[in-house]
Order: sequence, then structure tokens, then C-alpha cells
Amino acid sequence: MDALVNKRVKQVLKGDKDAFAEIVDLYQHRLFQVCYRMLGNRHEAEDIAQEAFVRAFINIHTFDQKRKFSTWLYRIATNLCIDRIRKKKPDYFLDAEVKGTEGLNMYSQIAASDDLPEEELMKLELQDRIQYEISRLPDKYRTAIVLKYMEELSLQEISEILELPLGTVKTRIHRGREALRKQLSKQPHYL
Amino acid sequence: MNACPERIVHLMHDYLDGEISREHELELKSHLQSCFDCQAHMHELSDVVAFVKGAAHVEAPGYFTESVMARLPKEKSHAGFSRWFRQHPMLSAAALFILFMSSTIFTNFNDEQQFSFTKQENVIIEGETVIIPKGQVVKGDLVVKNGNVQIDGELDGDLTIINGSKYMASTAVITGKTEEINQAFDWLWFKMKNGAKEVLTLFERDEESE
Repeated sequence: MDALVNKRVKQVLKGDKDAFAEIVDLYQHRLFQVCYRMLGNRHEAEDIAQEAFVRAFINIHTFDQKRKFSTWLYRIATNLCIDRIRKKKPDYFLDAEVKGTEGLNMYSQIAASDDLPEEELMKLELQDRIQYEISRLPDKYRTAIVLKYMEELSLQEISEILELPLGTVKTRIHRGREALRKQLSKQPHYL
Repeated sequence: MNACPERIVHLMHDYLDGEISREHELELKSHLQSCFDCQAHMHELSDVVAFVKGAAHVEAPGYFTESVMARLPKEKSHAGFSRWFRQHPMLSAAALFILFMSSTIFTNFNDEQQFSFTKQENVIIEGETVIIPKGQVVKGDLVVKNGNVQIDGELDGDLTIINGSKYMASTAVITGKTEEINQAFDWLWFKMKNGAKEVLTLFERDEESE
């Protein structure tokens, strides 16, 4: 697969734009999933995942073909997601546009600091509950947990994506797990 | 649980990462058997992992690739050229040189080739020949480019002919100076020959350097 991707990358470098469509096809679901788990709504996830591919296309000459293409793509996407999360925080409550957007539920839009009342939590479907708990994690831990458990990447790959030492990645995952443990033990859950 | 060393929690996480040595695993297990609090902690952590792993796979919408392709920046028409230039620096230098050389020659050539003359009264134009008819007097200078002059009458001024010839009738009178310049074409010819020579030497040098 890497050989195929590198072949497509070379074609794109030579100006064959259509070869890039194949690259997008190969990675679209993975990138979309990361963005969705990071941002918690399909609309934003779509926008950011697309933006990640556009950036990859523009900067494809900076990609080192000795490395894994997916790692590079994931890095672009996670950085964009974190930027978006940080940008969005201050005007969080003013963001009225998201209401009634398809695939978006209000729970995923609630700021991490806002705890839902217990009876509201009980009404959540399992999938919404997972997304809600993930969204309450600080973004550092969230990124690590999403890459580890939802993308099922190895610690080594995560450390390359985030450009962090392996030890730091482990610490973030440990703290992420502990944070989730505390979140879940405080409230009734679906275990 | 407060009494348990933090190290045990570390071991739990190492275990969950699948990065625990046999020795440490035994240590953890024996501790968990004797400590209820740590057992509960371990249980909760395993539940967290199961909980997060329970997340359904999410897929991008069907039109995703098309949307990305539509968002890609349109390649400007010169981008293809610039890539070609980068890949073939020597050839592009030669191509540029020839392009500029030929364009200057041809623009000059075209400019100089145009038949033109100073507008004067009492002058007749026949094809590319300016005729001052018999008995007529033209006052002022006359310049004719790329054309001929036939003077049957009188010219009260200077006559300049560039790339052309003059025919004088016996009745012709020119009060001013007469000048014939055929250098423009010679100059052009010279330029073309020179340009061709330079291109040739460039190619020879190319061959030498290879």
C-alpha cells in the first residue's frame, strides 16, 4: 500500500491532479473519523478533513517519501482539529449556526466543563455518550486517546504523528484513561 | 488504596498498553489479588478501554472525495511551465533565448516592413509608391519607409527614403537634401545572422560541456 501511495504522490508531484483523488479515497474515512472524534460534529469534521487534504495537496512537495504518508496526513489533520478547538472555545455559546445541523447533537456541542445532569445523561444513546465523554477530555489527552483507541494506531505511530517522545504519548494516554475513569465513575454508565 | 504505591497504577497502564514485562505483570497480579481498591481501579480502567473501543466506526460522506477535489487550488497555466523549467534548466534557457531572439527580430522586422510616409498634400499613392505628380509642389519634408518615391513635380523640402528607391523625372525638383537609407534592412539582416551564429555557438558549447 505504501508503494502504491508513493507512486500516486510522485504522479501528483508531476502535476497529475487526478492521482490525488485516489489518495483521498484511500484515507478519507480514517481522516474523517479522527476529525469527527476530535470535534464532535459531522459538519466541522467534514470541513476540517477536507481542509487537511487540501493542505496535503498544496504541501505535497514537503512530504518525505521515506516516511509513512498516513502519519503525515494524520499530523496535518490533528493539528487542524486542535487549532479549530482552540479557536472555537471563546465564542462557543455564540455559535448558533450549528443548531439543527444534520448529524449534530447538542451534547457534542457542550463545553467540556459543562456536566450534563444525570437524567440527561441517562437519555443518551451509547454512541452519543462515548462522544460526549471524549469531548470532555482536554484536547491533549483527547488526541492521544482518539488515535490509540479509535484509529487503533500504535504508540510509536502516535508519537510520530504528534511529534512527541514516546514517553509523553504514554503519559497522555494514561492520563486520558484516568480522566475517563473519573468521568465515568461519577456518573451512571453503560458498562 | 492510599497506601498502595503509585507504581501499581503505572503498572496497570503499562499492562493496558501491552507493554509490561513478565516480571511486572506478576507483581501487578499478586498485588491486585490482595488489594480490593486496586482491583476496582484496574477494573474501571479496563472498562474505560472497552467503553472507548465501543465507538462505532464513522465514515466520510459519499461525496467526500469530489468535495476535496473541488476545493483544490486551480493550477495556474504557468505552473505547468514552471515545473518543466525546473526539470530542464538548460533546455529552458535555450528555449527562452530563442523565444526572445526571434520575437525581437520579428517585431523589428514587422515594424520596419510597414510601408509608411509623411502625409503631404498633393501626393498620390499607387501601391507602395508615393508620387508627386507633374506640376505639383509639395511643401515640407517627405519621409517614405519601405516604399518608392516617384517625383514628377517639385518637392520643397528634404526627401528621406528608407528601404526604397526614388524615381526622378526630368521635371523633378527637390530643394532639400535627399537621403536614402537601406541600412534598416541591412541591420536586420545582420541581427538575424548574428543571432543564428550565437545560437549555434551556444549549442556547440552545450555539446562540449556534456
